[in-house]
Order: sequence, then structure tokens, then C-alpha cells
Amino acid sequence: MTGSVWTIAIAAVLCLVAIGIYGLLILRNLIKIVVALQVFAKGTILIMVVAGGMAGKPAIGQSLAITVLVADTAITIVALALAIQVRRWCGTLDTRVISTLRR
Amino acid sequence: MVIQTLVLSGMLICALQAIRAPRLLVSALWLAGCSALLALAIALLGAPEVGVVELSVGAGLVTIIFVFAINIAGEETAVAGALVPRPLAWVLMGLFLFLLLWLTVPRLLIPALNRDALPFLRAVWEERSLDTILQVALIFSAVLGSIGLLADRREPARAETPARRAGGAQ
Repeated sequence: MTGSVWTIAIAAVLCLVAIGIYGLLILRNLIKIVVALQVFAKGTILIMVVAGGMAGKPAIGQSLAITVLVADTAITIVALALAIQVRRWCGTLDTRVISTLRR
Repeated sequence: MVIQTLVLSGMLICALQAIRAPRLLVSALWLAGCSALLALAIALLGAPEVGVVELSVGAGLVTIIFVFAINIAGEETAVAGALVPRPLAWVLMGLFLFLLLWLTVPRLLIPALNRDALPFLRAVWEERSLDTILQVALIFSAVLGSIGLLADRREPARAETPARRAGGAQ
């Protein structure tokens, strides 16, 4: 694997993380916040594979990438279940409306 | 290298559209496309095992759960305004990227000294066996937690006391 491929992959990781962070900062819908978190986690998975490959230890990087993938899936499932409960109890998914700190 | 660049560019476009799409269902489908292209990119980078798991879990299972959740919660589009003012979001994102570049990338560029030829399956089941056990526990706890959270609201049972019955009769 040539060095330029790793460089392109690192640039893609930075873009993915930037998109995820921007989404987490501006989005107000709870389900879309989970989508932004997923985009962020995809950058993390890719950087695990890239770092393992660049360090010459691809197996460790890949096993850690699978660990991140499983943890991210578990977080997504619980977050979506929480969003459904928020919708049931508050009638909305807007984080500004459900916030009680402003009142 | 051209194929990798095209796949990674497509993945970034899908990720951007997943954030920008106004409808939740469309957003989930863009995210599924992003996952599928990420799986392809990972396979092209020399890790087909991780690519297969990403394709089945990231593009398959997570998309199904998103569609299920959107189906239950219902579409709620056109939420006006951003949580944080957009200029501040851009500044914070730039700061985050600067910190990420400053702290991590120099470490990635250190040349590897001792390369190991550890097979992937040995790394997962022997070297990182604790991780594997924790993953199983995490998945089970997530499933149990989501079942508990998705359960319907339980109405409190009304005790029909003699006093209330007498009050109702009057």
C-alpha cells in the first residue's frame, strides 16, 4: 500500500470527522443528531484501519475497528430508543423544545 | 489509487447529504450509502473482514433500526434554526480539526519499526480476547436496554376502593 493512499484516507477521515462535528453542533432533531454521531464514528473506524496499516500492525488496528463498530452500534440502538421515548413523552424531537434549563 | 479516491469522495458526499437532507428517512438512506462505500473503502485498504462487518452491521442493521425508529417516532421536518450559531459552529469545527491534526497526525507519520505478521483472527480471539467478550456483553446490554426503553407506558392500576365506589354512587 503506497503512502499516498494512506494520505488520501487520512484526509477523508478528517472530512468525515468535520462533517460529524458540524452536524452535532447545528442539528436539533434527536434522530439527526444520532446520524451525525454515526458519521463521526465512521471516521473513527476508518482511522483505526489506517493507523494499523501505517504502523505495520494491521491486525490490531482492524480488531480495534471492529470494537469501535460494535460499541457505536450499541450506542445508536440505545440512543434511538431514547429518542422514541422522548417523542412519546414530549411529543417532539426538537432538543430546544424538550430542554427544561431555559424555563 | 483512483478507485480509492472515487470511493472515499462518494462516501464524503453521502455523509454530507445525510447531514443536509431535510427528511429523516432520506437522511438514513444517505447514511446507509455512506456505510456501504466505507465498507468498500476499508476492503480496498486491505481489511476485507472489517469491511464485511461494516457492510452487514453499519449498512444493514443500523439502517433497519433507523427506519424502524423513524417509523415509530414519525417524520418531523423543517426544524428552523441551528442549535449553535453557524459561524460559531465553523470556528469550533476548525479548532477541533486543528487539535486533531496537531495531536494525532505526527504520531501516525512515525515510520513503523517492528512490523508484525499477526493474523487477523489470532489478533481478535487471542490478543484482544477481552475486547471480544466485552463486545458480546455490550451488544446484549444494548438489546436489553432498548427493549426496556421501547416498552409501552404502563398505566397505573386503579384500585377500586369501597370509599371511591361509595363516592361514585352519590
